[in-house]
Amino acid sequence: MKALLLIILWAIVPMSSVAQECRDTLNGKVTDYHSKVPLENARITMVGRSLEVASDPSGNFAIPDLCPGSYQLEVSHPECKTLLIDIEVDGTTPLNIKLEHHLEELEEVKVFGDAINDKTNSAQEERLKLETLERFSTGSLGDALKELGGVSSLNTGANIVKPTIHGLNGSRVLILNDGVRMQDMEWGDEHAPNIDINSAGSVSVIKGASALQYGGDAIGGVIIMDRARIPIKDTLYGKTMISGVSNGRGGNITTELVKAFKSGWFVKGQGSFKRLGDHEAPDYVLSNTGIQEIGSTIEFGKQRFTSGWDAKYSYFNSEIAILRASHIGNVDDLIRSINNGQPEIIGPFTYDLQNPRQEVTHHLGKFRFYKRFEGLGKLNFQYDYQNNRRFEFDVRRGERGARASIDLELTTHTLSTDFKWDANEKFQLQAGLLGRYQENFANPATGVRRLIPDYEKFDFGGFALGEYQINDRLLLEGGLRYDFTRIDAKKFYQTSRWEERGYNTEFQDLIIEDLGTQLLVNPVFDFHNISGTLGGNHKFDDDSGIKVNYTLAQRAPNPSELFSDGLHHSAARIELGDLRIASEKSHKIAAAYYKDFSSWGFELEPFANWVDDFLLLEPSSVEFTVRGAFPVWEYRQTNARLLGVDAFIYVDWGKPWRTEHRFSLVKGRDNENNSPLINMPAAHLRNKIAFVKPEWKNFEVALESQYVFRQNEVPGNISVFSPEQQQNVLLEVNTPPRAYHLMGLQSKIGFPLGKHANLTTSLVVNNLLDTKYRDYLNRQRFFADDLGRNIMIQLKFNY
Amino acid sequence: MKTIKFLSTIAFAGTLFIACSDDDNENPDPVNEEETITTMTVTLIPQGGGDTVTLTSKDLDGDGPNAPDITVSGNLSANTIYGGGVVLLNETETPAENVNEEIEGEADEHQFFLIVGGGLNATTTYEDDESDYVSAETGENFTSTNPVGIAFTLTTTDASSGTLAVTLRHEPKKPNDGTLADAGGETDITQTFDLTIQ
Repeated sequence: MKALLLIILWAIVPMSSVAQECRDTLNGKVTDYHSKVPLENARITMVGRSLEVASDPSGNFAIPDLCPGSYQLEVSHPECKTLLIDIEVDGTTPLNIKLEHHLEELEEVKVFGDAINDKTNSAQEERLKLETLERFSTGSLGDALKELGGVSSLNTGANIVKPTIHGLNGSRVLILNDGVRMQDMEWGDEHAPNIDINSAGSVSVIKGASALQYGGDAIGGVIIMDRARIPIKDTLYGKTMISGVSNGRGGNITTELVKAFKSGWFVKGQGSFKRLGDHEAPDYVLSNTGIQEIGSTIEFGKQRFTSGWDAKYSYFNSEIAILRASHIGNVDDLIRSINNGQPEIIGPFTYDLQNPRQEVTHHLGKFRFYKRFEGLGKLNFQYDYQNNRRFEFDVRRGERGARASIDLELTTHTLSTDFKWDANEKFQLQAGLLGRYQENFANPATGVRRLIPDYEKFDFGGFALGEYQINDRLLLEGGLRYDFTRIDAKKFYQTSRWEERGYNTEFQDLIIEDLGTQLLVNPVFDFHNISGTLGGNHKFDDDSGIKVNYTLAQRAPNPSELFSDGLHHSAARIELGDLRIASEKSHKIAAAYYKDFSSWGFELEPFANWVDDFLLLEPSSVEFTVRGAFPVWEYRQTNARLLGVDAFIYVDWGKPWRTEHRFSLVKGRDNENNSPLINMPAAHLRNKIAFVKPEWKNFEVALESQYVFRQNEVPGNISVFSPEQQQNVLLEVNTPPRAYHLMGLQSKIGFPLGKHANLTTSLVVNNLLDTKYRDYLNRQRFFADDLGRNIMIQLKFNY
Repeated sequence: MKTIKFLSTIAFAGTLFIACSDDDNENPDPVNEEETITTMTVTLIPQGGGDTVTLTSKDLDGDGPNAPDITVSGNLSANTIYGGGVVLLNETETPAENVNEEIEGEADEHQFFLIVGGGLNATTTYEDDESDYVSAETGENFTSTNPVGIAFTLTTTDASSGTLAVTLRHEPKKPNDGTLADAGGETDITQTFDLTIQ
């Protein structure tokens, strides 16, 4: 019966269509996918026919006199992605066409290249491009970031480089590695970020906490590492880079391969290996300063405009040897090192990594999912897992050298979600939630009392950010965030320390076990922090504009600030935290003014940051032990003020010459004691002259001069009793080194290798004149000069 | 509707996740500092009879805030040769650990410096060298003969008062000229005793 009906239909339908004249009409409307706003002047073309119509102001269009059948339409609009649509026309056929109107929202589908958005609209923000990052392939993230204005670093030798933004570092600087906030014991001065610089496609720096979606506690700023975009098309490409350096007599190899499909599927693998031996100062070998680093990432997923997901795993391992001469016994040893002028232990060059050294392994796993809702916005959901294991090996007595003195394992789970309403052209809103659980385990097998205790930490945060485009020239943005942090620690205190700190009067109820000379205590602290931001961006014309931003940020103290208690051999100091420490609160006002003229331009970025309960670690007194005397470095809170400015000028002298000039200044003041803040970067000036000739195989050569002023504003030195000298001596731990001037050279040229591959060779020379210098923000400045000349040769293959 | 479903699923997942992370309430194990030297005892025995003089520095909280307790049992006699010995203990462990064994096993990496100062009329001489001790690494006596200073002699002359500083250095330059400045290395222990010769 059914079959018969089908046959009849089959017989009638073609007949009727033949009989019918071509009078069908296609009626339609073109709208924006997000806002559902009608789009005018969208061109609708019948593929294979010379028929084209345009949409009217209400987005409507009509194509009359069509024969029934299937057609293919090409819909294009100047501000949108062109769309191909297959349609069956039968009678008067309605058709609604949605175009992706927000080009800037096409992040996920944009073709490989420089297509990263600014993260904020009104904050001071700068970005390092891939080619700059590649120059630092054998260095670290911290080294590369110093190319930007207002960014310096706190170093422990050449291998441990902590990025410092506007004078602040450590827990005050958030590092986002492809959307994941790094949890890698950033609290220690000698803990560098566990990141392979070769895995980043670009790095943005926001100088302040105004990017509240990442956290409300970035009193210093936020560093955002993004991977390069992966195109949605059938393609296979890769890159291999081999670098060799003279100082350290080693190098680095890094390689990556990406396979992508038109369907949105992609897979990407990346790996790098770095090995350097002892570094060298101009006059001597810096014994035991080698490094080995391994990084690898595998990532896959499916990305489409409306939805997508990706999963990623990355591994990072670094083994860093620490200058042998910087491991000392007591204050007399420190005085001797400061007075000696050169390290006490200088051996022949070696690749061996001996004690003292640290070995850190970081695992990062991430799963992300996004979905766009038509006429509404985009939902993101992410889970990430991080595991950070840190071993620190000291010079120890007996056969203990092979056993770590510090053995910490930090495990973090984070769940976050946010939703961005971008349907409205003028107004956008983003809101999100975050939950995080973190656990630290301090292994007792070290035979050394724990510097950082076992703890559990719970975070919960929520934020809302909005931006409003008032007109073509003016944009306002604002946001609010709330963070709750609970830290639940179990820590052993020496009974004598517990009493010396006065905890026996305030915190006696925290004791859960009394072992006589040691007390086990269980502090549980809650912190409620609110942060907010308000800012505007005004363009005077196409060539000039101003940005102004105010941010309130609050940061809960980290475990080191609360619980630190013990002797740090690497610095010959006793570091003491304080259970009474409260959150820091920062009010920062920052502005940026830029103007471009025909052959030159400038950017001026002043800021002022007032921090209530600013946390600082500085030498306060001396304690005596059987080993001798040790300076005590205590965490304390004060009200601080940081003022500064970053300036940038470029001049095009007519092709191919160009010069760039940068100047950065930060002044930090302890308002309660009316004294300078410790560890503020010195003012510095950088000038660069570049010769760029693209027609000579992209040839570039640049000469750079860097002048670092002496930091004249430092807190006073402390006086200590030297048992060896049997008298009080001035311990010059705060005396800054002299100003210095370094020259550098960079050069680069590219060669095509066949149709799809090319080779770029580059030469970089740092400290060209082999100048002897010491830097105020290098913790090894008491023991040895900084690095001498370093020549790097790099070969890069793109295929 | 779909949106709400999504958001609520996520909120639910978040609750589960928080709920799972319940702490197990186990207390961490205490750590007894292994390398601490709490106590240094210097024994000075006069040759040919007389009162033994004992110098002690004791700091039971190790690197903690309390300063070491220093005691000197009595005065030295003039024009006397004392046979001296140093004993190091870690009394945070029970029974107390004798640290001398470790120093002896690494005699080539350690040296005591016995520095007379402040006008005390006395001199010190090393009475041992590395070959007196058995290497922990090889199980045999060291073959090198640099001084170690676990055993020494102190020779007094006229009545006076001053100091004796006893310092143990780890990984000093060996051989050295007998001064702390030349030897370098890291200080494992140091104490200065006020002494009187009468």
